[in-house]
Amino acid sequence: MSWLPKSPKARRRLWIFVAVAPVLALAVGLSLYAMRDSVTFFFSPSEATAEKAPPGRVVRLGGLVEMGSVQRGADGQVAFVVTDNVAATRVVYRGDLPDLFREGQGIVAQGAFLPDRSFRATQVLAKHDETYMPREVADRLKAKGEWRPEAGGSGS
Amino acid sequence: MIVETGAFALILALTLSVLQAVIATAGRLRRSPVLAGAANGAAIATAGVVAVAFGALIFAFVVSDFSVANVAANSHTDKPMLYKVAAAWGSHEGSLLLWCLVMTGFGAALARAHNLPFGLKTSAVATQGLLGALFLAFTVFTSNPFTRLNPAPFQGESLNPLLQDPALAFHPPLLYCGYVGFSVCFSLAVAALIEGRANASFWPAWGRWVRPWALASWAFLTVGIMLGSFWAYYELGWGGWWFWDPVENASFMPWLAGAALLHSAVVTERRGALAGWTTFLALLAFTFSMLGAFLVRSGVLTSVHAFAVDPERGMMLLAILGGTAGLAFALFAWRAPQLKGGGMFAPVSREGALVINNLFLTAAAATVLLGTLYPLILEAASGATISVGPPYFALTFVPLMAVALLILPAGPLLAWKRGDLKGATQRLAVAAALTVVMALVAYAVFDPRKALSAAGIGLGAWLILGALAETAERVRLFRAPLAETLRRMRGLPLGAWGMTLAHAGLGVFVLGAVVETGYRIEAACPLAVGQSVQAGKWTVTLDDVRVVEGPNYLAEQGRLSVSVDGGRTREVTAERRFFPAGGQTTTEVGLDFRALDDVYVVLGERAQSPDGAHAWNVRVWWNPWARLIYLGPLIMALGGVLSLLDRRLRLAVGARKAA
Repeated sequence: MSWLPKSPKARRRLWIFVAVAPVLALAVGLSLYAMRDSVTFFFSPSEATAEKAPPGRVVRLGGLVEMGSVQRGADGQVAFVVTDNVAATRVVYRGDLPDLFREGQGIVAQGAFLPDRSFRATQVLAKHDETYMPREVADRLKAKGEWRPEAGGSGS
Repeated sequence: MIVETGAFALILALTLSVLQAVIATAGRLRRSPVLAGAANGAAIATAGVVAVAFGALIFAFVVSDFSVANVAANSHTDKPMLYKVAAAWGSHEGSLLLWCLVMTGFGAALARAHNLPFGLKTSAVATQGLLGALFLAFTVFTSNPFTRLNPAPFQGESLNPLLQDPALAFHPPLLYCGYVGFSVCFSLAVAALIEGRANASFWPAWGRWVRPWALASWAFLTVGIMLGSFWAYYELGWGGWWFWDPVENASFMPWLAGAALLHSAVVTERRGALAGWTTFLALLAFTFSMLGAFLVRSGVLTSVHAFAVDPERGMMLLAILGGTAGLAFALFAWRAPQLKGGGMFAPVSREGALVINNLFLTAAAATVLLGTLYPLILEAASGATISVGPPYFALTFVPLMAVALLILPAGPLLAWKRGDLKGATQRLAVAAALTVVMALVAYAVFDPRKALSAAGIGLGAWLILGALAETAERVRLFRAPLAETLRRMRGLPLGAWGMTLAHAGLGVFVLGAVVETGYRIEAACPLAVGQSVQAGKWTVTLDDVRVVEGPNYLAEQGRLSVSVDGGRTREVTAERRFFPAGGQTTTEVGLDFRALDDVYVVLGERAQSPDGAHAWNVRVWWNPWARLIYLGPLIMALGGVLSLLDRRLRLAVGARKAA
């Protein structure tokens, strides 16, 4: 093995490089590949335009549940309106709502837009705290001047 | 009065901690055993005083002293006693005090350690004192749990009902013993870098000193994470046990770094090699712990279970994290090139295998770190808000770990310095053959057929069989007379048994995780009383729903029977609890433990069945082999404890307390 370096130290360095490089390459490659499909963008109803959130693409939609908008169907399906007080989106969801879901509360729904611009949620998130508002929702409302802490501000 | 004592004790502890750091530094510079002894005394006194403060806080919770803001915000007179006590560490302030208690407790144990050389010990005590002072100062100035309220309310706001659970009462103390235990490894690493001995005998000894702390912390953290995951499993009612949530990742990253540290410390201890790398990992493990504290307490990441959000506290924690970790890693960058590498080894050897282990563990930790912090980085860079979901982790962490686990059983069979790959392969041949058979059987038996899940089952079996094969090899099972085997079994050091158990426990966990993830069945349906829903082979019937009154809640309690062909029918109760004190509703999962499987029943909201009668949304999961997910980590932690009890380590530092 004449192409190997002579000194044992350099040899060890070479071996370490030979071991490290493929693992690092694997880790970086996997991360980049996985990032493409696992990243979900967050929008408020007024930002979720057709080109930013095309139908079928998984995104998160966050805002306040509009008062009086929750309708429960007989088959376990729930429909409600999520609003940022600028625009509103109708959300349909089948399944159990989180324990803290209620009207006027900030929520985040994960799912995809339908071609008619209503939103089919696969998951609805609320937090373990009755005074909680998802941070993204709070930030967007603050930015729009629609921030009303009494409607569920951060709990500090 | 007792509350005032607590508040005073907390400030006293801060002062003592500062004294500990200053006196130890002075003692080290002047090489004065008297000053060093005084610093050790200060360390022990700090721990005692923090314990007094913590006791005072628990007292305030027990007697429901609502003039203390923290008690008023987190307790209620109606709450059961266990949760009154546990509420002491259920909030940000209280849990921070617990953090300080564990940190100073470990600091006291370090101060009492006997056979450390003077310079190393004094520097480590100084570093530990500085860390303690920083966190105590943070507690006193930004998050004092003894702040009074005037006027005091008549009733408290109660602890978040989701946290009123036995698993969660014990989860934080164990988790913190793990998290904060790494602070001693951090201090010892900083001390080693300061002392910077170039002689060859220093690093093996240092490896032996640091390993018990790493082992103890890692074992605590294993059980702590397991309890947290178990809580999420049966308390949240989402049917899953790990969500790759930022807070979960925050506890998992120190665990990965700690596992890597355990293994690389062995190399440093035995061969004096990898000194720089082991030091780096010791710094990294506690840095990850502090990063976790920052992520959980600052609210920078949206998570399902974080503490109340306060950006100002977050900035303070970030400053502590940046300051300590920054200084430590700067010290590392300065000193590490001067560290003398120890013994040489061939690529195929025990050392080589442990290097590979470390490589994969750190790469896996790095992918978890990237997935956790990427939303923050992107938001800072472009303003877009994103979340990184479980598929990312399934695609990065899982394959990396799968490769690492595939290699794992070969490692312990390789000799130090220069291993015999062919010999190791031969010795694993039986285990490998059995593994392939099991994977094929799993593919044929489990329904539906899934090649990847079957391969995962094979991987779990491979870990268990590989660990057993290694022990069988050591005791010459079937190759020597039985008496000889038994004699060798008695002669095996506890550390060897610990390793076998830990690796087999990992295999048990992999089996549970793979089968549960691959073959669980979920069913959801609105049910009226008397109707039933089918989940796999299980039939779940809603027998009865009534309203019951708990100590501090009202609940709709559903009784359901779980039946299966050829098995006994069993009753489970699932509840929806309403807590008037906080105005919150929680879910109590009905769990039917069937051998290794769980039948997991959630009673949902009241709904209408198609014919207009009252119905409840019932959700049922069949989680096959879910028991192993919790059994595996317990076995791993037991392996860690066995290794701690090993005579070779017990002779070394601090194992007395850590065990």
